[in-house]
Amino acid sequence: MASVSDESLKSMSQEERVKALGMTTEQLTGRSMFIEFDPKESENFIYPWAYDVDFNKRTDLDSDDLTSTEVNEEIRRLMSEGYGTIVLKNPRGKHSLAVGILNKLNLIVEGSTGYFGLGLIDGPNVRVKGRVGWSCGENMMSGTVIIEKNAGSTFGAAIRGGDLVCRGSVGSRTGIDMKGGTIIVGGDTGALSGFMMQRGRMIVCGNAGKNLGDSMYDGTIYVGGSVKSFGVDAVEAELTDVDKAWLKRKLTQYEMMPEKGVDHFTKVIAGKMLWNYDNLEPTEKKLIL
Amino acid sequence: MCGIAGLIHKGKKSDVGSQMTSMLQALKHRGPDSTGYAVYGDGNGGDLVMRIKVAEAEDMGRGSGIYDELERRIASVDEVLSKHKVKVINKSKATDYALRYVMSYSGDLGVLANHLEEIEGTEILSIGNGLELIKDLGDASDVSEAYNLNAFKGTHGIGHTRMATESDVDIRSAHPYWAFPYNDVSVVHNGQLTNYWIMRRQMEQKGHRFTSNCDSELLAVYTAHNLSKGMALEDSLKQSIEEIDGVFTYLVATKDKLGMAKDTMAAKPLVLYESDEMIAMASEEVAIRAILPQEIDTYDPYDEEVRVWQA
Repeated sequence: MASVSDESLKSMSQEERVKALGMTTEQLTGRSMFIEFDPKESENFIYPWAYDVDFNKRTDLDSDDLTSTEVNEEIRRLMSEGYGTIVLKNPRGKHSLAVGILNKLNLIVEGSTGYFGLGLIDGPNVRVKGRVGWSCGENMMSGTVIIEKNAGSTFGAAIRGGDLVCRGSVGSRTGIDMKGGTIIVGGDTGALSGFMMQRGRMIVCGNAGKNLGDSMYDGTIYVGGSVKSFGVDAVEAELTDVDKAWLKRKLTQYEMMPEKGVDHFTKVIAGKMLWNYDNLEPTEKKLIL
Repeated sequence: MCGIAGLIHKGKKSDVGSQMTSMLQALKHRGPDSTGYAVYGDGNGGDLVMRIKVAEAEDMGRGSGIYDELERRIASVDEVLSKHKVKVINKSKATDYALRYVMSYSGDLGVLANHLEEIEGTEILSIGNGLELIKDLGDASDVSEAYNLNAFKGTHGIGHTRMATESDVDIRSAHPYWAFPYNDVSVVHNGQLTNYWIMRRQMEQKGHRFTSNCDSELLAVYTAHNLSKGMALEDSLKQSIEEIDGVFTYLVATKDKLGMAKDTMAAKPLVLYESDEMIAMASEEVAIRAILPQEIDTYDPYDEEVRVWQA
């Protein structure tokens, strides 16, 4: 790397400065291109201990006098008896409801849940008729979750797969550390949404708060309204025809297509100026070269 | 972690004491060390209500001698009140170490309060026309029962369940904090204030005093300072987001208002319910559901959001 004087560095733009320091001279390869699952395998994957449930076999579960643990144990017991559709009544904002379901299941929650609801799930289709608290769908791996009202902060934190949908507005840090899947928000999202996002897609039909996509590694965020500010290394990209087709398909699927369509959406991706995890650090280069 | 809750009824009185107890009991898991209430009623005409403690709860385990000591301290309180020509209309004991005075006084509250707190072990919890500030060790049910809070009727209130992280488990460090010496102003807070010592030094240089080492007290003193300069409550809340560092959500109540402020990172939770009749807010939805079990719409306020409601 040619030496660069301090004076010339000062006169450069941030992008020019980063390149001049040799931080983005190599093509990103390796981990950023890594595919974790064979799509065919993941589509048909069933855990060996999964229950054989019948979606037409339906029952109600009243959680009014049960603790969160008792509700979750009861859901497992009902699945073991072959129930494929469960209606959870009176959740009353309880925390950690319906977590760790690694099974096909139709779950309807008639009310609102508290913190960490529907976390670590792999497979169920869930509809929450009320609101959800912080960290709904955290580490979700597959399936579909639809929230009819608003959601709290860290909605879909570290989500790996599936569709996590909120028809209302969500709090701050939506999709923090997300590693795959799709998050769809019908209203607004708060500050630091998409923080340290690594893969996957997020659609926000309303406005986004400050520092959108801060320190994101990869993945894509689409915003239909205004963006208060971009985070470090988040940059606007061209909305292609492929993007528009995908947005239309997803938003139509969940009946959330805005009246204006999708042409006005802003696409946000990682500038990849901040993180160069496929390259050697400048100090490591010196040691080798 | 701590839990905070607030409730305001628009233009009418309700069972604020029992409602706050239900909300705070639902937040017990966020802080089991102590529970506090600042509830606002009609007051006693133009008279003041003073809540005062003359010992910490833990002092009561020091043997029978403590009861003689408490009597001496209470006698000293009465003596100071008499010296300042305070007319005591009613005096009652909530616990062995906590008293409630209804009194008439037109002098300088700051001078009176400072004189009272010179008595060993004595701390004024609140003075106000409508405010009744109660805090003690234990959960909401314990405190409510000890102080007969379920019978309290009023327009609004704020409360706190405390998990001690940065100061002792005692009443002195429990919330709410009264904004000394301004009557009817109280604060509850969830979070950590990272420029506490810098701001405390600034406030002390301006003549304000602190009774504890709990960072939350700064918000009460800061609010009191701003209100004393004629600043509106909403403006004080907005300014605090600029001047106070850290992660915080806090609630402020005055005689007829309730306000909230959330820090620039929105790192501490608050769930809000609004209707034409009432507004309820808490660290977790489960607290709101404790008084409104029917299906309702709630939302999370965003970063740097400030709201003020009128009773």
